Amino acid sequence: MATSADAHAHDAHEHHDHKPPFFVRWFFSTNHKDIGILYILFAIMAGLVGGALSGLIRWELAEPGIQIFQPHSWLAKIGIIEASKHGYNVVVTAHALIMIFFMVMPAMIGGFGNFFVPIMIGAPDMAFPRMNNISFWLLVASFAVLCTSLMVDGGPGKGFGGGWTMYPPLSTIGHTGPAFDLAILSLHLAGASSILGAINFITTIFNMRAPGMTLHRMPLFVWSVLVTVFLLLLSLPVLAGAITMLLTDRNFGTSFFNPAGGGDPVMFQHLFWFFGHPEVYILILPGFGMISHIVATFSKKPVFGYLAMAYAMVAIGFVGFVVWAHHMFTTGLNVNLQAYFSAATMIIAVPTGIKIFSWIATMWGGSIDFKTPMLFAIGFIFLFTVGGVTGVVLSNAGVDYSFQDTYYVVAHFHYVLSLGAVFAIFAGFYYWFEKMWGVKYNEILGAAHFWLMFVGVNVIFFPMHFLGMQGMPRRYVDYPDAFAFWNRISTDGYMIAALGVVVFLVMLVEAAVRRRKAEANPWGEGATTLEWTLSSPPPYHQFNDLPHIEAEGH
Amino acid sequence: MSPAEPPRSPRRKGHGLIAGICGVAVVGMVGMAYAAVPFYRAFCQATGFDGTARRVERAPKLVIDRKITVRFDANVRGLPWKFTADQAAQTIKLGAAGMAFFTVKNTGDKPLTGRAAYNVLPESAGPYFLKTQCFCFSDQTIQPGQTERFPVIYYVEPKFATDVNTRTFQEVTLSYTFFPAPDVKPAKAG
Ligand code: HEM
Ligand SMILES: [Cu+2]
Repeated sequence: MATSADAHAHDAHEHHDHKPPFFVRWFFSTNHKDIGILYILFAIMAGLVGGALSGLIRWELAEPGIQIFQPHSWLAKIGIIEASKHGYNVVVTAHALIMIFFMVMPAMIGGFGNFFVPIMIGAPDMAFPRMNNISFWLLVASFAVLCTSLMVDGGPGKGFGGGWTMYPPLSTIGHTGPAFDLAILSLHLAGASSILGAINFITTIFNMRAPGMTLHRMPLFVWSVLVTVFLLLLSLPVLAGAITMLLTDRNFGTSFFNPAGGGDPVMFQHLFWFFGHPEVYILILPGFGMISHIVATFSKKPVFGYLAMAYAMVAIGFVGFVVWAHHMFTTGLNVNLQAYFSAATMIIAVPTGIKIFSWIATMWGGSIDFKTPMLFAIGFIFLFTVGGVTGVVLSNAGVDYSFQDTYYVVAHFHYVLSLGAVFAIFAGFYYWFEKMWGVKYNEILGAAHFWLMFVGVNVIFFPMHFLGMQGMPRRYVDYPDAFAFWNRISTDGYMIAALGVVVFLVMLVEAAVRRRKAEANPWGEGATTLEWTLSSPPPYHQFNDLPHIEAEGH
Repeated sequence: MSPAEPPRSPRRKGHGLIAGICGVAVVGMVGMAYAAVPFYRAFCQATGFDGTARRVERAPKLVIDRKITVRFDANVRGLPWKFTADQAAQTIKLGAAGMAFFTVKNTGDKPLTGRAAYNVLPESAGPYFLKTQCFCFSDQTIQPGQTERFPVIYYVEPKFATDVNTRTFQEVTLSYTFFPAPDVKPAKAG
């Protein structure tokens, strides 16, 4: 506590600490903390939009038959989204794209990454502050273009309904309207934003560490962001290439994926998943980093196996690039390739297991404090493990022949993503709440939020395993009566989780209204990283005198 | 500069270098994505990967007793053509030559050029399905109202009977689809 008080007195009243006027501060922002805040606000907004879209999905699937995606429903009266079977596909597609590109990535990398990476390595800001601002506004533009795409003609109806995987020929000759061209533009903008961000992080982490902050003393969150941005840097250009090929196939008569001109549509799947599999790890790795800090803080112990934790993430990053065809077992890969991709995929479970066991070992024998961030962190570990196990099931090519494109896969990736990644984001959000916003949250509301979410998401997604095993295919607006029971339960779960989101919003309002003053370090001795040595919120410009990091510092 | 400019620690020289290396990596990956397409195509043609039947100059030497049924499938897309296989299936010995005929008629009122894409199923049979003569090796132009009959000479290599990927199959399907040749405008009537 003494050190943090010192840092406060020392840093906060420096003469350069003047803040620019409102408009300049938030629209031309080059300050990494302001940009981080903007990203978080953006992610919350996008999360609410994406969550509302998933509400439409669950409403539609609550019962057999077509509920809201038909001409006389309330959805048709509102008229923003086409109320038709095609409209359902559009909603599923938009839900996935928004959650991935505009909620999880901005929150983890743009939000927490921007705010905390420079602080944790003892740097005054990011290496390229103005590029950082460009990244953020590119993302806003990208989101606007994606929303426009929902409103314009796609071919079969309004919007693009070919899924986030956008396989041709459905995305080429199947969607002749401009909606998909807009979606491609949107992904290009989001990709450019992320690539610029990645370059910024790499430069910052390699070049701007404070004296004494060696790579092996970097906090695990910084490691996780470093691995993530490398994955971004190497995988996003492949997506950009692939969707540009789709664009020219659609509009300029090339035939990269068009068999009539000698192309092969399966080639798109190879390119897409070469990006897509690293992408799913991009969504979870920063979460790994945050969870490590949170578990250590609330167990009041240093993280178990620091180096193994760091290199497990590096290993996951490497192996992540050579497993992509586990999404393509049913495209006619020969037996040897199936065997290879099954085995390589299962290998990923090894570093992942190292991480899970290290978290448990960190908690083992610690005096655990069950504050909201810790609740979310433990929830994360549980949910992520369930998703990891179903992942290993799916990595068996023979099993995957039956499960591919069923709700079993939907259950798998929601356990790792919408439960795993989202719980990690919430854990980080509560962990750093005081640090980012300068006020305290209410523990009771936080815990209520956790329990409602935890129960809700399990009730939503656990039954999907059963549905998948019974053979219910994904991406359909309707289903036979036999699947009615578990779908009903799943929709009930949605309502519980939605209530959890309401409590979350109430928690935000309560904290904003009551404005309990934040402490520099509310978590005590367990919180050892550099951000806790600064005031809450940190001074507008921190570390004008670079801190020196000693050996025991991580 | 703008008032929001943060005070910098003396800017290290390496920033531009690292960013530059990253930029090169990005451009390189985009290039590799593009290079992957022709590479994949060449790879499939060379190895028969993914059901791409191979073109060869001469027949395999060995003929063995095991027989296989080859089914034929003919499709048209975007052309006013009638395209049929003259026989539904043929049964041949592995290694022996088979000859199948296909008939195509241009029912439109203009001369049109088509190109046939082909594939064999199961995909794993691709490497063992060889063709020495095929109308799919070049574009075909058909005059209005004209009917053409094309022979295809093919073999199934004896190794088909021993490879783990194929040895259990009793049948192979050879499928063709005629598309308008790329530089020719697709016919409206298609
Ligand atoms: C133990 C590690 C994991 C293994 C072995 C694994 C395995 C698999 C396999 C085999 C599939 C393909 C299923 C199919 O389409 O038939 C799949 C799909 C998927 N996985 Fe995982 N996975 C693992 C971890 C993760 C993680 C950490 C994430 C993200 C945070 C993730 C996200 C996804 C997504 C989004 C899909 C579905 C993509 C789609 O078809 O739309 N997986 N996984
Ligand atoms: Cu994958």
